[in-house]
Amino acid sequence: MLDTATALKRTPFHPRHVAAGAKLVPFAGHEMPIQYEGILTEHRTVRAGVGVFDVSHMGEIRLRGPGAIAYANRLVTNEVGPTLPEGKVVYSPMCLEHGGIVDDLLVYAFGSERYLVVNASNFDKDFAWIKQHAPADVEVIDENAKTAQLAVQGPRAEEVVGSIYGDRARALAFYEAYVDGTGDGATIVSRTGYTGEDGFELYVPAARALEVWDRVFAAGASYGIRPIGLGARDTLRLEMGYCLYGNDIDETTNPLEAGLAWTVRLEKSDFIGREALLKAKEVGVKRRLLGLILEGARIGRPGFEVEAQGQRVGTVSSGTMGISIGRPVAMAYLEGDAARAGARVDVVARGDRIPAVVSGRPMYTHGSVRSPKPRRPQ
Amino acid sequence: MNVPKDLRYTKEHEWIRSAGGEVEVGITEYAQGELGDVIFVDLPPVGTKVVAMKTFGSIDAVKTVSDLFAPVAGEIMAVNDTLKENPALVNQSPYEKGWMVRIRVENPAEVGALLTSDDYEKLLGAHA
Repeated sequence: MLDTATALKRTPFHPRHVAAGAKLVPFAGHEMPIQYEGILTEHRTVRAGVGVFDVSHMGEIRLRGPGAIAYANRLVTNEVGPTLPEGKVVYSPMCLEHGGIVDDLLVYAFGSERYLVVNASNFDKDFAWIKQHAPADVEVIDENAKTAQLAVQGPRAEEVVGSIYGDRARALAFYEAYVDGTGDGATIVSRTGYTGEDGFELYVPAARALEVWDRVFAAGASYGIRPIGLGARDTLRLEMGYCLYGNDIDETTNPLEAGLAWTVRLEKSDFIGREALLKAKEVGVKRRLLGLILEGARIGRPGFEVEAQGQRVGTVSSGTMGISIGRPVAMAYLEGDAARAGARVDVVARGDRIPAVVSGRPMYTHGSVRSPKPRRPQ
Repeated sequence: MNVPKDLRYTKEHEWIRSAGGEVEVGITEYAQGELGDVIFVDLPPVGTKVVAMKTFGSIDAVKTVSDLFAPVAGEIMAVNDTLKENPALVNQSPYEKGWMVRIRVENPAEVGALLTSDDYEKLLGAHA
């Protein structure tokens, strides 16, 4: 058997995963916890209380220099220009000239800089892309290796993070952040997440990672805080209809068909992919990424075809058990009359047809998150 | 890892309990751990003829779907219907309450050819 484990990167939290009995798997070049107690339990912990994810595999890139803000705004489709208030966080696709998605990321407005958080699986590609297009007055800094990231998520997250970082953390609105401390010890406290619950993401210096993990777990002990694996991260995000790069979006899909038109600011200054997206909007999208709620208990897996009255109308891009919904859920690119909430379709699962109802996103609407589609303040 | 001595096994991590010309089939403790939380077990109706080493059903876990292979040829005599309501029994009690089907064996020699618990433990050792 190939020994691939030695080539995998370990995050600074690795000793805590081992101690907690995590099942570790290779994920985007990292050895990551897929589960601890089991996905069902972990999912419910985040919906009802508070859980902690190691998301250190995510990639951090800082843009610095006189042209940093203008350049960030040229890279992504959403508005991240000089009008952003300090500490604002913006979710945005970053597109190719033809409108396909290079990656989806978070952009943080910190002073004259922009701080980008990208998907682990795309880090090398993204870094090369951003370097390649950067003007001379922008420095593109790889902060990936020196940054560990913890996501503290759930309706009790504010109590936990507030007890460590105080009122400034408690006062953050969803999709706002600030930098706690200065220099090499600085931590970014960010009220963001990928679960549909209220929550925070903490970007901490790798050298301080274990100390922060221990403080978070001590602060959360009375709320039943637990470590949560990437398995539950997927079931939580899927119930919310949040896109996963590589499944629901990639270089062959554009943000308009992915239901991300709210992140495409065609009226802002020029950006990479603008022309193609303008044209796509004029012509109208042919397929749309929508939710599915399946009948029965079988799961619709990526690649399964979707039919309506025996005709193929689309393909499943992500699917899992909707643990809080109580039914399997999926996301699928759908065409024609099937591409609307309420349409009845069949998911073709290895020969069987599973009836399903098309749903808007999110499919789960009872989360503690303040806005499922965080927007720039107008 | 619990590998009961009185059962037979397959490379696909199924166990086989033999009694009176019939075998009970389920998946091993190792298999349920690898799959994670099981949420649906798709089993054929009683009366179905199964062919050795061919799929006869599937298990949906949250993260993945896995085929079930018939360890021996024969006819399905019973199906564990409690798994419909409570598929987690496959995780909680893989060798007892999580059994899946009972097959009337066509050719008893096929049972004899299955892995012993020692064979299966060796196989697991190779996975570790």
